[in-house]
Amino acid sequence: MQAFARLLDALSFQPARNAKLRLIETYLRQTPDPDRGWALAALTGGLDFPAAKPALLRGFGEDKIGAELWHWSHDYVGDLAETLALIWESKPEAGPPPALGEVVETLQRATKMQTPAILERWLDSLDSTGRWALLKLLTGALRVGVSARLAKQAAANIGNQPVAEVEEVWHALAPPYRPLFDWLTRDGPKPSTNMGGAFLPAMLANPIERAELDTLDPAHFRAEWKWDGIRVQISSSGGIKRLYSRAGEDVSGAFPDIVDAIDFEGVFDGELLVRREEAIAPFNDLQQRLNRKVVTPRMLKEHPAHVRLYDALWIEDEDLRGLPFDERRARLEAWMALKPRPRFDLSPLVQFTDWAHLAQLREEMRSDGIEGLMLKRADSPYLAGRPKGPWFKWKRDPHLVDCVLMYAQRGHGKRSSFYSDYTFGCWRDNGSGARELAPVGKAYFGFTDEELRWLDKWVRDHTTNRFGPVREVEPKLVLEIAFDGIARSTRHKSGVAMRFPRINRIRTDKPASEADTVDNLMRLVPSGSNG
Amino acid sequence: MTDTLDPRSWLYPTPRGLYCEPGDFYVDPAVAVTRAVITHGHGDHARPGHRSALATPETLAIMRARFQDMPDTAQQALKYGDSVKIGDVEVSLVPAGHILGSAQVVLEHKGQRIVVSGDYKRRPDATCPPFEPVPCDVFITEATFALPVFHHPSDAGEIGKLLRSLETFPERTHLVGVYALGKCQRVIKLLRAAGWDKRIWLHGGLQSMCSLYRQQGVDLGDIALVSDAILETFKGAIVLCPPSALSDRWTRRFNEPMPAMASGWMGVRARARQRGAELPLVISDHADWPELCQTLKDVGAAKVWVTHGREEALVHMARSLGIEAEALHLAGREEEEGES
Repeated sequence: MQAFARLLDALSFQPARNAKLRLIETYLRQTPDPDRGWALAALTGGLDFPAAKPALLRGFGEDKIGAELWHWSHDYVGDLAETLALIWESKPEAGPPPALGEVVETLQRATKMQTPAILERWLDSLDSTGRWALLKLLTGALRVGVSARLAKQAAANIGNQPVAEVEEVWHALAPPYRPLFDWLTRDGPKPSTNMGGAFLPAMLANPIERAELDTLDPAHFRAEWKWDGIRVQISSSGGIKRLYSRAGEDVSGAFPDIVDAIDFEGVFDGELLVRREEAIAPFNDLQQRLNRKVVTPRMLKEHPAHVRLYDALWIEDEDLRGLPFDERRARLEAWMALKPRPRFDLSPLVQFTDWAHLAQLREEMRSDGIEGLMLKRADSPYLAGRPKGPWFKWKRDPHLVDCVLMYAQRGHGKRSSFYSDYTFGCWRDNGSGARELAPVGKAYFGFTDEELRWLDKWVRDHTTNRFGPVREVEPKLVLEIAFDGIARSTRHKSGVAMRFPRINRIRTDKPASEADTVDNLMRLVPSGSNG
Repeated sequence: MTDTLDPRSWLYPTPRGLYCEPGDFYVDPAVAVTRAVITHGHGDHARPGHRSALATPETLAIMRARFQDMPDTAQQALKYGDSVKIGDVEVSLVPAGHILGSAQVVLEHKGQRIVVSGDYKRRPDATCPPFEPVPCDVFITEATFALPVFHHPSDAGEIGKLLRSLETFPERTHLVGVYALGKCQRVIKLLRAAGWDKRIWLHGGLQSMCSLYRQQGVDLGDIALVSDAILETFKGAIVLCPPSALSDRWTRRFNEPMPAMASGWMGVRARARQRGAELPLVISDHADWPELCQTLKDVGAAKVWVTHGREEALVHMARSLGIEAEALHLAGREEEEGES
């Protein structure tokens, strides 16, 4: 438990992805089974035991130091689990701290009545970092900035395997994943994937620009619209039905309407959308359905989910992944035609003669539900990962607006000495006829290292005010901001929220007075978006 | 010892600082005064411009180094354990264990004893003698970390965290934010005790105090200034700097710097994050909650005056021990971060 606690502690302060990977890899190499398996389960959200209620922790705290001191302490620290971890005094006579495996296995068996006494003994034997980690584990919120995919990547790295290989076997395994570690670290056999509802690693596309297309033969490619939803995989076999994100995260729980509609076996690739009648709702509507633990009937009715299929990996018990795209497509179309399949439809192929024609179609398509085009080689088998060459995404050109830099904040990690987070604004009428800048968004990428150095210096040379880590600057520098979408938002001062804003160009050539207005920005908000 | 004399009648706070009337002097005054008694060299306790100053020889040396030799201040050095009569008050200095030269000021007047402890800690520190509890009638204590959430872990464990990080990230420069006076030299001594005998690099802002510690006989081993380095990549090096330099452009010369910060505040995660520390080290020169509570018991004072920090919690705790306790608001003390 102490080693795992030190890992969580280090991860919680470490912003950089590669450093996080290194920390997890080091832990997985140095920690024996089954503890490292339980740790991997904790990091991937795979542990399940009844969560400790806040009232239990508060009760412990008040018993230890009295209500007044507890109140002041909690008020100062903010976080309940952390407060209790800090005020508790270790007792040397409590014996050695428990191993992570012991904690998990005990909690899975313990009844609600037994938990407090067990917990108390562990808290006595751990140090404050150990107590913090234990309480975080128990309250079900690690919050150390590690995604399930990152943890799997670390596991793959210690066995020199691609992460797709780990993802493929993942759903056939259960914590503490002994067969996985036997395979990764001891030359054991690769674990079997032969299990109902397993996730198969998805095939991903590389971005492409118009100019590069001319090096490719249009006759070799098929085109589909790139829908603005969430890429999902439907996996159904042996009576087990699952919906996965493209990273292999099981999202079935949030979409019971889709899971209930699966009355077939196979593995399919498609786009998850919210669809009302024939219309695809804006991405915002889909977001309402994500990350919900409880899906209300009202949510199901007002935000009905739908999957638009574009590939078949398995149909019934036949693996189609080795077949060329055209053949898989023909099989998928034939399968769709067998009977009505409510909540599923087919993503149509876009017919085109040459790249110029396709470019024209892409220009003319103004629907909000479409992000651009997918190009897939007619002969491409379904390959895990992001192979170079067979699949491309050709995104619609982003919206561009000229904004004025208003504030800059220091970044994190490598960028902690740089002003690298920029808040920018557009002009609006201040109500008495004069113009003022209203902040409309924040961007922290899109620029080169050289541009970052330039921006950092500009910020330092034009500071007018400081608020902690934030500097206010003279409203003089125009930044061309690119973004993929925009919606009304009540949470933002300006009333709009940009999707994926980034700095496209630094416009030193343009006077700030000629930057865009908030009204211009509002015109880009699609009608029907209700944020 | 008499209980008819009200201690507040001869030692009390004024806008200039804590004033001792029968001796006509101030302890750690907030502004320049005619006569000052100084507990230790940190900036919120030792200030320039006094007509005369009494302190330990080490504290006076620190003040001279910080205040251009103080030619206009009459300096009176008083060694630990010695005493001197000022007016109608007997004054002596006793180790406080906070930093080099730090002292508790023990005041005796008409058979009543008041101890002004200044800043103190109870755990060992290789750069100064340990705190000595002095039985007294009134004990004036600091309260920087006076909340039960402050349990400073062992110094060795925190230094171990730094060394372990160097093993995991052997190519990264580990940049440790430390206060120039006290924390810097203590961290160096702790690293030496943990077996780190390689060169430790210093930011220029730490040089003068390190030189002074050496002159005072504290061996810091192989230390050198970053600005003097030639053809040095700083891969896997330990570099100490003032906290403000951690996010300064100065850091760009290092290899993927890992910002660490050594301070008692690092025990609370939100505070560590605020500081941008990727490797928070809980190393403090102040007493933590158990040390504060233990000290109240050790000195056995019937009255405790609590100053600078979280007075309310310690007052509450003292009263629950049957001690008459109250908050004492002193001018010029930094409540939060500073040279802590």
